[in-house]
Amino acid sequence: MTGKNQDEYLLEALHVVKIFGTLRANDDVTLKVKPGEIHAFLGENGAGKSTLVKMIYGALQPTSGEFRWQGRTVTIANPAAARKLGVGMVFQHFSLFDALTVAENIALAMPGDFDLAALSEKIARVSKDYGLPLEPTAIVADLSVGERQRIEIVRCLLQEPRLLIMDEPTAVLTPQEADQLFIVLARLAKEGCAVIYISHRLEEVKRICHNATILRHGKVVAHVDPTKETAASLAKLMVGGDIHVVHSARQPAGGAARLKLSGLNLRPDGPFSVELKSISLDVRAGEVVAIAGVAGNGQSELFDAISGERSLDSDGMLAIDGEPVGANGVNARRRMGAAFVPEERLGHGAVPAFKLSENVVLTRHAADRALVRSGLVQKSGASGVSNRVIKDFDVRKGKPDPEARALSGGNLQKFVVGRELDRKPGILVVNQPTWGVDAGASATIRQALIDLAEQGSAVLVISQDLDEIFEIADRIAVISRGQLSEAYPAKDMTAEKIGLLMAGAHEIKEASHAARA
Amino acid sequence: MQLVLEKRGEQSVRMAILSPLIAIALTVIVGGIIFALRGLNPFEALYVYFIEPLTQDWARQQLMVKATPLILIGAGLAVCYTANVWNIGAEGQFILGALFAGLIPVYFPGWQTPEVMIAMVVLGIAAGMAWGAIPAFLRVRFSANEILTSLMLVYVAQYLFDYLVRGPWRDPKGFNFPKTVNFDGWQVLPKWGDVHLGALFAVIAAALLAVMMWRMLKGFELRVLGSAPRAGRFAGFSSERAVMFCFLLSGGLAGLAGACDVMGVSGQLQTPYSPNYGFVAIIVAFLGRLNPLGAIIAGLLLALSFIGGESAQVTLGISDKIAKVFQGILLFFILGCDTLILYRVRLLAGRPSQFQSAG
Repeated sequence: MTGKNQDEYLLEALHVVKIFGTLRANDDVTLKVKPGEIHAFLGENGAGKSTLVKMIYGALQPTSGEFRWQGRTVTIANPAAARKLGVGMVFQHFSLFDALTVAENIALAMPGDFDLAALSEKIARVSKDYGLPLEPTAIVADLSVGERQRIEIVRCLLQEPRLLIMDEPTAVLTPQEADQLFIVLARLAKEGCAVIYISHRLEEVKRICHNATILRHGKVVAHVDPTKETAASLAKLMVGGDIHVVHSARQPAGGAARLKLSGLNLRPDGPFSVELKSISLDVRAGEVVAIAGVAGNGQSELFDAISGERSLDSDGMLAIDGEPVGANGVNARRRMGAAFVPEERLGHGAVPAFKLSENVVLTRHAADRALVRSGLVQKSGASGVSNRVIKDFDVRKGKPDPEARALSGGNLQKFVVGRELDRKPGILVVNQPTWGVDAGASATIRQALIDLAEQGSAVLVISQDLDEIFEIADRIAVISRGQLSEAYPAKDMTAEKIGLLMAGAHEIKEASHAARA
Repeated sequence: MQLVLEKRGEQSVRMAILSPLIAIALTVIVGGIIFALRGLNPFEALYVYFIEPLTQDWARQQLMVKATPLILIGAGLAVCYTANVWNIGAEGQFILGALFAGLIPVYFPGWQTPEVMIAMVVLGIAAGMAWGAIPAFLRVRFSANEILTSLMLVYVAQYLFDYLVRGPWRDPKGFNFPKTVNFDGWQVLPKWGDVHLGALFAVIAAALLAVMMWRMLKGFELRVLGSAPRAGRFAGFSSERAVMFCFLLSGGLAGLAGACDVMGVSGQLQTPYSPNYGFVAIIVAFLGRLNPLGAIIAGLLLALSFIGGESAQVTLGISDKIAKVFQGILLFFILGCDTLILYRVRLLAGRPSQFQSAG
C-alpha cells in the first residue's frame, strides 16, 4: 500500500471519527500534511479542531479511522509516543512553573536525565539560532507572555520535531511578537518541519499558511489554498452557507434603552484576561441583542462588568433604565430588575454541593422579598420557586430536590436560566445560553429568551454559536480583542460580515478613528 | 486487584453520619495496639482511659468543665472552616481573652459589684476579637495567609501572657510565684459543683450558631463562599467581609472561653498556662462535622481524652501525653474517613491501565 505517492506525506488522517457520548466531534476527517508545509486548521469553536489536534498529539484516541506517519499506520497512545514520533505542541495556555528558571522549566519536559549546564548552553544556542532570544537563567515569573511562549517553542525545538502544532499562538502576542513568530515558522518550514497552525485570524492564515483544512460541525468542509482565498470567503466556509433565519413575527423594537453601556473600560486582572476598551451598546426594550465573537476575546470580562461582579471605575459606564449603576454591585443591579446567567453553570451560576432550592436563594436572595425575611431564609418559598422552575422548564432529575452537581449539563442549564426567567426580569444578560446543551433543551431556552423580549424586556445574549445568534437576535454586535463593533440589524448581517468583524475589522476602523481624533 | 476511589454523584448522608464513628472506632483500635505495645492489657487500658472517668461524679463534672472551652471555640471554628476561613490561632485568642478578663482583678481588685463579672466577660470577648482581627485584616488587606499569621500570633500571645504574669501583673504577696492575685466574689463565675456558668454559654452559643448556619442568610452566605467562591461573588457576597466576620466571631468565642476558664476554673492567671484548648478545638470542629451542634458532642469526647489521659497516668503509670497521641490519631482518621462522604471505595479486579488514567 505504501506507494511512492504516499511516502511524501508526513502525516495522514484517514476517515478519523471521534465520538463523545452522542456528539460526533470529528466525523470522517481525512487530511494530509507534507513535510515543510504550514497547514492551517480553521473552524468555529466546537468545529472539532482541538479534538483532532489532541488525537494527533496522543491525548485522545480516535473512535475509528487511522493515522499514518510517513506512510506507516501508527497508534499514538499518549503524548510521550507523539513526541517520540517527532510531534511537538505549543498550547494556548502554557504549562510553566513561575518560580523556576527557563532552563529548569525546559529540563522538566525532557525525557531521562539531564545536565542543566549543557542544556542551558543548548537553549541559548537554539534560541539565538532561531531568533527567539531567551535567557536560560531568567525566572519565568519575570517574563512577558510572548517570552513565555518562546520557552514553549524552544522546548519543542530542542526535541527536533518533524511536526509542530501551534494552538492559536498569536492570541497572546503583540503584532511585533507575532511577526517574529512568523519568521521562525517560515524558517522551520524551509528546514522541512511541518506546522499545523490553528488560528481564528484569517489574515494571518492567508499570510503564512500553504494549505488550510476547514472544519464545520466535526466534518471537513473544504481543503483550500488560503493564499487564493479572501478572508471573507474563508469565513463563509467556516460558518457555512446554510444559516436558516428563524424569526418570530416581532416588529423591530423602538423602545427606550433599558441597558446602556457607554465607553465601558475594564483593566485586565491577570495575564490571560482581556482588557475591555471603550465598549458602547444599547439594548432596548423588546429586543434581543447578541454579541458574537471567538472565545477569549473579552466575553467573560464583559459579562462580569455588566453583572457587577467586577465593579467599574465610573458610574456612568453602565446604566439600567436610565440610571447609572457602574459602581453598584450585582445585587443592586438585580433589585433594579436585571438578571444574569453566567457561562459556567457549576461553581459560578450554581453551587455544586447545594440543593436546587438552595441555589434559588443564591441569585434571588436580594431581589425576592419572599425568600428572606428578617435575615431568615424561607425554605418553603425557595422550594416553591424551585418546583415552579423545574415544572416550567422540564428539568429532569433523579430526586425531588437534588444537589446541582447531580443534574446533567442541559438540565442544570435549563434550571439556571429558568431561575432568572421566573423573575420576569426587565433586563436579562446571558453568556452562552446553550453551551453544551442538547438540541431540545436549546430550543426551549431560545424560545424562552424570545418570549421574554416580546414581553418588553431587554435581552443581551453573548454567544459563540452563530446559528443561535441568527435564530434569536434582532441586532448583532461582534467582540474582538476586547473591542465591540457597532450592533447591526440581524437582517443586514451575513456570515461573511461577522467573520470579518471576528477577525478584527472594526478594530482597525476604531484605530483610525482614534488617529483622526 | 486494585483499590479505587469512585466519586459519588452526591454527598452520602449515611457516610456523613458514619464517618466520625468509623474514625472513633479506628482510633480506639489503634489506641489499643499502642497500649499493647507498651505491655499493657489493651482492654483494661481502654477501660481506664475511656469508661472509668464516666463512672465517677467528680470526673463527670471535670468532663463538662473541660468540654466548655472546647465547645465554645470548636463551634466558632466550625463556622470559620465551613466558610473556608482558616483560623488556626484560636489558642492565642483564648489566651488573650483570659488575660484581659484578668486585667480587672489585677488593677481593680476592690471592684465587687455584679457589673464586674459582665465587664470581665465582655473584655475577654473583645480581646479575643481584637486578636482575631489581626490575621483577618492582614488577609483582606495584604492577602497574607491567615493560617500562618493566626498560628504565629498564638506564640506572641503566649509570651505576652508569660511576660505580664511573671512581671507587672504578679501578685506582690504571692511569694514570687508567677501568678496574679486570686479573683474574688463577683469576679468569679457562679458554679454548680465544678461546673461554671460558661457551660451554659457554650450550649447557647452552639445552638445560636446552628440556627445562623442553617436558617439565616448570613449562614447561607458563609456556606456558599466556602463551597464555591465564584458563585459567592455572583450572589453578591463579599469574601473579605466573610473573612472578617469569621475571625471576629471565632475570636470572640475563643476570648469568651478564655475569660470563662480563668473566672470559673483557676480563679487567677498563672503561668505556664497552656491547656491547648484552642488547638484541640480544631479537632472538635472537624469531629463535629463542622456543625456547631456537633461540636457539643465532639467537645465532650475530646474532653474525655484529657480526663482519660490523667486517669491513665494515675492508674496505669503512663505519661498523660498519651492524650495528645489519641487526639492526633483521631484527627487523622476523621480527615481520612471524610473521603468516604464524596467517594466510595471499590475493589477492582485486574491491573491498572496507565492509559486509562491518562485519558
